[in-house]
Amino acid sequence: MIASRDKAPEREDIEALLPWHAAGTLSRRDAERVEQALAQDAELARRFELVREEMAETIHLNETLGAPSTRVAQRLFAAIDAESGGAKPRTLPFEFSSWIAGLIEQLSPRKLAWAAAAAVLAIVVQAGLLAGLILSQHGASYQTASYRDVELASPGAFALVRFNPAASAADITRFLDSHKASVVEGPRGGGMYRIRVAASSVPKDELDKIVAQMAEDKNVVAFIVPAP
Amino acid sequence: MQATSDEALISRIATGDRLAMQVLYARHHVRVYRFVLRLVGNGAVAEDLISDVFLDVWRQAATFEARSAASTWLLAIARFKALSAMRRRPDEELDDEAAGAIEDPTDDPEVTVQKKDKGEILRKCLSALSADHREIIDLVYYHEKSVEEVAGLVGIPEATVKTRMFYARKKLSELLKAAGVDRGWP
Repeated sequence: MIASRDKAPEREDIEALLPWHAAGTLSRRDAERVEQALAQDAELARRFELVREEMAETIHLNETLGAPSTRVAQRLFAAIDAESGGAKPRTLPFEFSSWIAGLIEQLSPRKLAWAAAAAVLAIVVQAGLLAGLILSQHGASYQTASYRDVELASPGAFALVRFNPAASAADITRFLDSHKASVVEGPRGGGMYRIRVAASSVPKDELDKIVAQMAEDKNVVAFIVPAP
Repeated sequence: MQATSDEALISRIATGDRLAMQVLYARHHVRVYRFVLRLVGNGAVAEDLISDVFLDVWRQAATFEARSAASTWLLAIARFKALSAMRRRPDEELDDEAAGAIEDPTDDPEVTVQKKDKGEILRKCLSALSADHREIIDLVYYHEKSVEEVAGLVGIPEATVKTRMFYARKKLSELLKAAGVDRGWP
């Protein structure tokens, strides 16, 4: 009696393992325990047949559930492509930027620093060579849009003018056209411009008269005097 | 020739290998779909969910530590998503399949037995189990998960796994008996 009471918990333990024994997912040790119990206990063996029956119908039931439609895969891989930009192996033509990026990735920080220094040195040397080449051909010069040696050296009568700050570019252009004048230099300090008022040199009286006429256009001219 | 292991595929997926993702999907999508379908009972919802499951695999492949089988990892993700979906939607929308499987009480058990073979009745009763009982029976019998794997997947102690399986089988026997099939157990 004591022996059979001791066996009861053991049998319950074994019976609880029957579903996993049927599925073949027990450890070897537990599987051997169950096999031994089944060989000695006819009722347990009968119950094991019930378990096998349940398992067979569970598999049958699941197998009749069908499969998801192909739309699921299409949707999934479209989402993956959209998210990752397509992780498939690249078959694109050679990309210089990618190649450079790959090279940089392979360099250690020390190698990268040396490579950067060498690149800077190469650029400096190249710039020096180009500058030398240009200087040897043209000589050093500095030129702005309003400074022209040719015009300064050309003959004519000149005046210094400061335009009214309220005058528009169109007003100044119209003013210069109406007086057959042109800007030859400036702006200088104080916003002064040197303008040619006659194509050739004129007597001082005539230059004063021209300047006086121009000074009358107060909308454009703030200050004007004859210039040598 | 040996097929690439699931673990190797997941390692490749972690590096952005789309082909490895296609292979893993081909291997597992049907079982994952059936697992989810049995939980939520709605094909359209199940399809949406498995798409999300495999998208998570794509995103989280680098976090897979191979402490469990890849199939267990997939089912764990699927289970989490299915339960979240069930919480968001009313039961009646999702569980229509299981509801349809419940025996018509006006059927006389003996007539039922005559009308259908024992296997068909058993399948009907399997479908009529509660979600918890359906889940554990599917995991053990169909997905071939060990006690330890079920415990990890469902988040319960191993002893509870055995107890829950016992009560699921007991309930199944009661449903069978009500349908006219007395198995003499328990």
